[in-house]
Amino acid sequence: MAVGLRRAGQVLAIGVVLALLAVLLWRVVKDSEGGASAALRRGEHPVAPDFDLERLDGAGRLDLESLRGKAVVLNFWASWCLPCKREAPLLEAAWKRWRPKGVVVVGLDANDFKSDARRFAHRYDLSYPIVHDGPGRLLDDYGLTGFPETFFVRPDGRLASWSQGELSAEEIEAGIRGAFSG
Amino acid sequence: VRGARCVAVLAVALVLAGPAAASESQPTLAEIETEVVCPTCHTTLDQSSSPVAQRMRNFIRARIAAGDTKSDIKQRLVEDFGEQVLASPPKRGFNLLAWVIPPIAALAGALVLGVLAVRWSRGRGSTAPEPPAADAALDRRIDDELARLDS
Repeated sequence: MAVGLRRAGQVLAIGVVLALLAVLLWRVVKDSEGGASAALRRGEHPVAPDFDLERLDGAGRLDLESLRGKAVVLNFWASWCLPCKREAPLLEAAWKRWRPKGVVVVGLDANDFKSDARRFAHRYDLSYPIVHDGPGRLLDDYGLTGFPETFFVRPDGRLASWSQGELSAEEIEAGIRGAFSG
Repeated sequence: VRGARCVAVLAVALVLAGPAAASESQPTLAEIETEVVCPTCHTTLDQSSSPVAQRMRNFIRARIAAGDTKSDIKQRLVEDFGEQVLASPPKRGFNLLAWVIPPIAALAGALVLGVLAVRWSRGRGSTAPEPPAADAALDRRIDDELARLDS
């Protein structure tokens, strides 16, 4: 009886250690993958990591998958980010110009107060959809290193290209054209 | 004597409860800064000078000035930044494990150590070799040999 209990205890202890090792390994592998931006750097075009987030420009939520069939300009920003302030009017202009041609600009506000983000959108007169990821859960999936960063998503849902830092109007245009041609 | 002890325990509890209640109803920026994490640098707010940390400090100052309790302020931060913004996980749901497992593990470790110590000390007490059973025939033979040598 005692021997059986001891054996069961040993098996349990080994099982717990193996499970912890598996979790550690999974975490290390996941971190080393570097997210979607690293895949793009390797020349791959993975499907854009999906999200379903609360909208700040109105009621309800926005699911990235619901935009399949359209090219998406996915801009990660925060109200406290200085380059985002210069970039926002350019994104608004691109949204107005490209919207009739099947392009959606989505602002993904992360690590930010919702009230600050709404104030920012109002101040810069932004009319494109804005979603909120306060905890920044998507940042690892996309492999973000800072704000702003912009991903161009093809109509089939795959990532076409990505850009770190503030974009110029020409770079936004080129990104959108690349999303349609790629 | 028992009555005096009860009064002493009650007095200690009241002394400890006073500051805790004051901290909840009239929190300071310094104490909340140690209980909240900056979402971009993943350190507590008092260790961070990032733009979002600065914005969070301004928010906390404004809420303290508005008379919010510490729980209210932390709850509002959780609504915007998620539960990861708290330096210590809340004591409910799955997060409860983070509070329950460490003391249980410490207790289990102490128990295992105690059992091992008792076994070890018992083991040490019984390690002296037992004297071999007396063998009358062998004794007689040894005596005979010794007697023969003497003679």
